[in-house]
Amino acid sequence: MFSGLDFETASGEVLAVVGPNGSGKTSLLRLVAGLLVPAGGSIGLEGGETELTLPEQSHYLGHRDALKPALSVAENLSFWRDFLGGETGDVGPCLTAVGLGHATYLPAAYLSAGQRRRLSIARLLVVRRPVWLLDEPTSALDAAGQELCVGVMRDHLASGGIIVAATHAPLGIEARELRMGGGK
Amino acid sequence: MTAITALIRRDIKIALRVGGGALIGVLFFLTVTVLMPFAIGPDLALLTRLGPAILWLGALLASLLTLDRLFTADHEDGSLDLIVMGQTPLELACAAKALAHWLAAGVPLIVATPMLGLLLNLDGEATSAVALTLLVGTPALTFTGMIGAALAVTLHRGGLLLAVLVLPLSIPVLIFGVSASQAAITGPLAFGTPFSILCALSLVSLVVGPFAAAASLRHGLD
Repeated sequence: MFSGLDFETASGEVLAVVGPNGSGKTSLLRLVAGLLVPAGGSIGLEGGETELTLPEQSHYLGHRDALKPALSVAENLSFWRDFLGGETGDVGPCLTAVGLGHATYLPAAYLSAGQRRRLSIARLLVVRRPVWLLDEPTSALDAAGQELCVGVMRDHLASGGIIVAATHAPLGIEARELRMGGGK
Repeated sequence: MTAITALIRRDIKIALRVGGGALIGVLFFLTVTVLMPFAIGPDLALLTRLGPAILWLGALLASLLTLDRLFTADHEDGSLDLIVMGQTPLELACAAKALAHWLAAGVPLIVATPMLGLLLNLDGEATSAVALTLLVGTPALTFTGMIGAALAVTLHRGGLLLAVLVLPLSIPVLIFGVSASQAAITGPLAFGTPFSILCALSLVSLVVGPFAAAASLRHGLD
C-alpha cells in the first residue's frame, strides 16, 4: 500500500496523518496498533513499560465504535475499563466529561452517531494509555463535541502522551503533519 | 483475571438480552425434536431407539445456529480489534468467549433435554444418560465450532461456511455421544467406554480450539 515511510513522534506531540482517501492513513494506524503485519520495516516505542508491546500501551479509536447496542452506556464503558485493565478510573466522571452523564443507563442502541463517538472517547479517559491512535476522531461530532475532543487531547499531551491521528479536517490543535502521497 | 471475567459476563449478558440468541438455540432444539415424532410416526419403540440420536443432532444444529455470531458480531462493531490489541492473551480471550457461549447457549439445551426426552418416549434413566453425554459433549461442539467461527471472520463468509467447516469436525463427538447414550439404554456396550472417549474429545477441544481460533484471528484481521 505504501513504502519508504519514515517518521517519528515524541511525548507530548500530535502527529496528524493527512492525505487523500485511500492513501493509507487508516492502514498506517492499524499497523501501529499491531492489527496489520508490515511487509517490511519496524515500529517501536522508546521508553514506556518495557514488558508491554506498543499495541498493549495504545488506545485505538477506529471508524467503528466497539459498542454493544444491547448494553447500557455505563455497561459498555465499564466492560472496556475491566477488559483493558491497567490504571483505571471511575466510569461516572468519564461519562460526565464527555457529556453523557445523563445517559448512563440508556442502552447504547439509542445513542446517536455523535453520542457513540463521545462514548468511545470516554474509553480513552477511563483507562490510561500513553499512546492514542485516533482515526478521524472528530467525525460525527458537533462543534461542542469537537471542542471537547480537542480538550481531551490537550490534557493527554500535557500528561506526556503521544497522539497519532488520521484526519481530513484540521484537528484544532497544533500538530506535526505526515502527508501520505496519493497512490504511492 | 478481571479482563476474562469481564468478557465472560459481557457475552452472557448480551446473549440473554433481547435479540441475543441464547433462547433462539433452545427454541430451535425444541422445534427440531418436536418435529421428529411427526416425521417418524407414532411407533414408540422406534422413537426410543432413535431418541438419543435425535436429541444429539438437535443439540448439534442448535449450537451451530448461534456459533456464527461468536466473532462476527465483535468484528463488525470493532470490538475484536481492541480484544486483539489488549494485554489479555488472545487464546485466553477466545476461550472466555467460547465458555460464555457455552454457558448462555449450551447449558439451556441440556436443561431442556429432560422435557424433550419425554416427547421421544425416553425413560428417566435414558434421559439422564443423554443429558449427561450432552453436558460432557457440548463443550467440544462449542470449542471446535469456535475454530470455524474464527475462520468465518477472517474469510468474510458467515453462516453456511461455518456449518460446512464445523460439521465434519463434530462427527467424532456425535458418534461417541450417541453411542454412550445408546449403551446406557440398550447395551451391550458398557457406558463408560464411549463416555470416556467423549470426555477426552472435549478436553482435547478445550486445548486446541482457543489456540487455533486465536491463530486464525491474528493472521486474518484486516
